[in-house]
This record gives sequence, C-alpha cells and structure tokens, in this order.
Amino acid sequence: MSTPAPIAMLAELTHRCPLSCPYCSNPVELERKETELDTDTWKDVFKQAHALGVLQLHLSGGEPASRRDLEELTEYASQIGLYTNLITSGIGLTPKRLDRLEEVGLDHVQMSLQGTNAALADHIGGYRGGFDRKMIVAREIRDRGIPLTLNAVMHRQNLDDLDRTIEMAVELGARRLEVACVQFHGWALKNRAALLPTREQALAVKDTVAKAAQRLQGVLAFDFVPPDYYADFPKACMGGWGSTGLNVTPDGTVLPCHAAQTIKHLQFDNVQSKTLAEIWQNSPAFNAYRGTDWLPEPCQSCERKEIDFGGCRCQALALAGDAAATDPVCRKSPLHAQVSAILQEEPEAGSNDLIYRKL
Amino acid sequence: MTLELRQTDRPYLPRGVRVQRDEVRDRTVLMAPEKVIELDQIGMAILSRVDGSARFSEIVQDLAATYNAPAEQIETDVQRFLQTLRSRVYLMVRE
Repeated sequence: MSTPAPIAMLAELTHRCPLSCPYCSNPVELERKETELDTDTWKDVFKQAHALGVLQLHLSGGEPASRRDLEELTEYASQIGLYTNLITSGIGLTPKRLDRLEEVGLDHVQMSLQGTNAALADHIGGYRGGFDRKMIVAREIRDRGIPLTLNAVMHRQNLDDLDRTIEMAVELGARRLEVACVQFHGWALKNRAALLPTREQALAVKDTVAKAAQRLQGVLAFDFVPPDYYADFPKACMGGWGSTGLNVTPDGTVLPCHAAQTIKHLQFDNVQSKTLAEIWQNSPAFNAYRGTDWLPEPCQSCERKEIDFGGCRCQALALAGDAAATDPVCRKSPLHAQVSAILQEEPEAGSNDLIYRKL
Repeated sequence: MTLELRQTDRPYLPRGVRVQRDEVRDRTVLMAPEKVIELDQIGMAILSRVDGSARFSEIVQDLAATYNAPAEQIETDVQRFLQTLRSRVYLMVRE
C-alpha cells in the first residue's frame, strides 16, 4: 500500500546557533558545520520534496541565518513552488538580508521568543544582547509587512509573563502567536526540573490564552501547545508518525520528527544515499510507528487512537523506557502515576539552574 | 473585534496567503503560514471573487447569479466560510 505524501518538510539547515536555549529541539548530539549538506544538495532535496508532494518548506536550524546560502536556498525553494517559512531567532538577520529574502519570495517568518525583556530572554537564550537584536529584527520584519508568527516557548521561568508576551505579539504586528509550552525530550528533558510549570501556571495559561484569543479575534490567532504533563491525553506526535511531515537534519538524515534520534534502535536513512521518496515510503524508521496497527493497549481499543496515535514516541521512550508504549502523560497509561509523581515534586523542589545546549 | 463581515467590507487575502494548485494531489489549496487548507468547489468559487475590491454584498450577488441560488442561503455560506478564515487571520477586510 502506498503511503500518502508528506505536506511539510522541516529542513534543519544547520545546528549552529548563537543561542543556547536549554530546551533546544536539536538533538543532544549536535552535528558540526563540516557535516552540513552543501547548497546544491539542499536544493536537490527541496526538488525531491516538491515532487513527492511537499507544499510547505520550513527553513530551520539551529539558526538558519547562520547559513550564508539561506537567501539562495530560499530563492530556489520559492522558484520551484514551495511555500517558504523561515524559523529563526532573528539573530543574524540584517535589513540587507531581509531585503534579499523578501525579493526572492520568502513567504513567512516564525520568530522565537525566549522572554519579554532582555534580562529574562538573554538568561534563557544564554546570549547577552540577543533580546535587543531580536527586537530590532522583529520591527524590521513588521515594517516590511512580512507575515510574522511569534513562537513563545513557555515554561516555569517565563509563564508568569504571558500577558506581556501577548501584548508584544500585537505590538510587533504578528498575525499569530504560538504559546508553546516546552515539550520534554532532548535538551528540555535534561532541564525538566527547572522548566516544568507549576499546577497554578498550567491552569492559568489555558485560561489566559482562551480569553486573549477571544479578545483579539481577527487580529491575532493563537496556537496553544499545553504543558502535556498536566493534560489528560497526549498529543498526536507529528499528527501521526510518518503521516504528514518529515525532518531533514543538517547532514541529510531523514527523521519522522526532530527528536526521533533519541530512539536509539531506529536506523535513519540519509538523502546522500537514498531518494527522499524511497525513505518516506520504505524506511523502517518511518514505518515503525506509522498508522495504528502497532499500537499497544490501552491505545488499541481506545476511541482516541485515530486522534492521538498513542502520543509521542520519544516521550514514551523517555518516561516508559519503551518507544512503543502508550505515552505516559495519558491518564489511561499504566505508567501515568510516574508523571503525577514528577508533578508532585519537580515544580516545587526543582532548582532554576539551566543546562545550556552546546556542541 | 467581531469576525462578521459587513455588506460593504472588501475582503482580501493578506500577504502570505494564496490559492495554489497542488499538482501531486490534483486539487486546489489555500496556502497560509504553516497551514494548507483543501478547497472544495464552493471555497474556490468564493475565493476567486475575493480580490480586495469586491464588496461582500457584491460577492454574494455574483455567486447567487452565477449559480442561480437564493442570495440568502449564499450569504450564510459565504459569511461562515470567510469568518472561519478571518478567525485565523488568513483573511482581512478593507472598508
């Protein structure tokens, strides 16, 4: 049976980044510059992706502006008909580079927000001066009219600033605000005790987002990623493993999701040795958790199995020690008590000290 | 702000939102930031008239005339469709 084609591709052009956020979605073992795909190989990957059925290309990193060929890659992607989205911290973008990106057809920018002021944001990002530079770039983007989404990654140390975050999104002319509570795998898992929200925060964030979404309808759209340790049901990882999206790392490794390399027994193929279509269709890693046939109980007989597909595989591995288990954040998981125990302890007792990502 | 379009409003797709062919799946889609929405015949008929100069009332009248359907029913459908897009800021209006 042929698998439906992917809609979106996340191209992690590089793992290099001036920031070192303690919840970085890059793997704990970062890839070095020397191993990055060159310009022509990336173009070929984009072309293959487009032919396969990908409509939207997310140019990400690390910080994609660390690649000097970002403009050239964007131009090529745009020319072949891909919708181009730049996922950036803003650091490394200049008025001149933004002019060029606009000229070559960049469709949209998603900018990360670590905090609402320099002290907090630079502490979280581990980069002094980062916040001020980000704000300059954000205003440049706004003044050009480039469609902007702000991605505010939220956790215990900045959740109390949510109201100001929302105000800032409006001031910066963003059309959309992602209130993305940190998901705990990779670097974030190392920092869980410092980042896990309190129960009060988890309740408040839901309410604040709902009210703001109502108040700002038609002006600012919200995407809300709730803190899933406090949720009743898990999130559908990638909308279902290998169903709509794929991720290519800086060296060309193709993953079903950006954290999939935490699942050590999976073998991932690389665009340097196989075609993207072949990998999407036939790679054992993509087929490992595709669909619902592989699901264990209680998922298999659960009415939500086509909604959340058993939750996040990486989280199942991290918490249950088995990537094929029910995601323990689900209240139906036999291991859910473990999550409750973590929530009892860490938000109160956890220190605020951060372990920053580094090579 | 209410999402409801007034008769004189002139809706438009803002920068970063466009109607596009999806050749691989042989369909037409609305492309928006980090979102792809499949359009059916009705959606395509409505959006082909959304150009930033046609007023809401004119779009409804044109559709009613083209499809020989009661304007009241068309207006309800168009209003609902455009409001859904407006709620995500995939659609904006000029007065």
